[in-house]
Amino acid sequence: MLLQHMIRTAALLGLFAIVGTGLVALTFEKTKAPIADSQRNALLNSLHQLIPETLHDNDIYNDFIIVNDPLLGAKQSHRVFRARKDSQPVAIVLEAVAPDGYKGNIFLLIAINNQGTLLGVRVVSHTETPGLGDPIEIERSDWITKFNGRSLKQPDTSGWQVKKDGGDFDQFTGATITPRAIVKAVHKSLQYFQANQEILFSRQVKENTDVK
Amino acid sequence: MSNDSYFNITKQGLWGNNIGFVQLLGLCPLLAVSSTVINALGLGLATTLVLLASNVSVSLIRHLVRPEIRIAAFMMIIASFVTAIELAMEAWLFDLHAVLGIFIPLIVTNCAILGRAEAFASRTSIDRAALDGFMMGLGFTLVLVLLGGMREIIGQGTLLSNAHLMFGEAARDWTIVLLTDYRGFLLAILPPGAFLGLGLLIAVKNIIDDLAPKTVTVTPINLATESGAKTE
Repeated sequence: MLLQHMIRTAALLGLFAIVGTGLVALTFEKTKAPIADSQRNALLNSLHQLIPETLHDNDIYNDFIIVNDPLLGAKQSHRVFRARKDSQPVAIVLEAVAPDGYKGNIFLLIAINNQGTLLGVRVVSHTETPGLGDPIEIERSDWITKFNGRSLKQPDTSGWQVKKDGGDFDQFTGATITPRAIVKAVHKSLQYFQANQEILFSRQVKENTDVK
Repeated sequence: MSNDSYFNITKQGLWGNNIGFVQLLGLCPLLAVSSTVINALGLGLATTLVLLASNVSVSLIRHLVRPEIRIAAFMMIIASFVTAIELAMEAWLFDLHAVLGIFIPLIVTNCAILGRAEAFASRTSIDRAALDGFMMGLGFTLVLVLLGGMREIIGQGTLLSNAHLMFGEAARDWTIVLLTDYRGFLLAILPPGAFLGLGLLIAVKNIIDDLAPKTVTVTPINLATESGAKTE
């Protein structure tokens, strides 16, 4: 009797598990395409903010390689998108990480043209203090646009710091660590670009199907 | 059985036994997400959907499920719905999903939902369970939006900022700037502001309750203690 009871109860719970999993699986199938679309659109949107569509004619979203370098912050792999016009390299967009934000990693997109000049920087995601550290978002202030047109020579190495440390870039009232982390990350990305420019444009696009 | 009348269920959900004001359940997402009206509304609606769906399903299977496994079965139902809703939000409200982040999956741990399943939905008919889920969710949304509005006005001097995250591009200029050149009041946006704000709102609710003529109402304690799932 007891055994029968146990088996029935277990079977019932199993049934609930199957129905529940079925519901999740069904939703997953139905939402897979829209989610991929949304992610693609969100990234394309940021890419086009940095590199206007008039500047390139290739499918920038699919023309990327995956690199790994301590200068880009964090150990994970970073995508590098390449913009070309008439098959000539125009610019790249790097996925970089500023690892030393006030509350952890700040994820950045950094666009650099083939002369090594910054086309722009955007913060993709961060967990900095709301109200103090979040003027790094383009929606909140134009601070991040101050990187436009900068390069390794402009300013020179000593200028690639926040003003408080004797550099060229403003910090925020009440928040120095956040801008300091970004200035450092952008500077390092420029150094990375300078050292690897040739490879970045010439390396073949890997089969990216599994990354999509 | 006046306890179960539609009117009473509505009243309990919105006021008398409000999840945010009275039961004080699900405070973690409530306090974390209520920094703007739109974030608050997003989480509130998602929670309402989960409550409604889980209450209906729990009521549907109430004669089937054995007491030994009821909590496990309820959790499975709730977790499935939350996952489904999270996926749906990521698909169709991508930006809002990005803002709310971890707090959507965390709806599973909002013990208000298990509490309603256990204390109410598993003992009543489907229509009542559905109404209870909807009203409890609406009550929770109401607290979220009130707190969100308060913190947004005091913290940033605006209302409905970032409405496009939820309502599409057309809503981008819905933002109402109440205080121009407002430098912001950081405390309201940071976590302490959430605690202070909620405390004030609860105080106001209690004052209103004290002023109201005393009628015989159901004591909220009954339902709250029955739920058994009080820990966050």
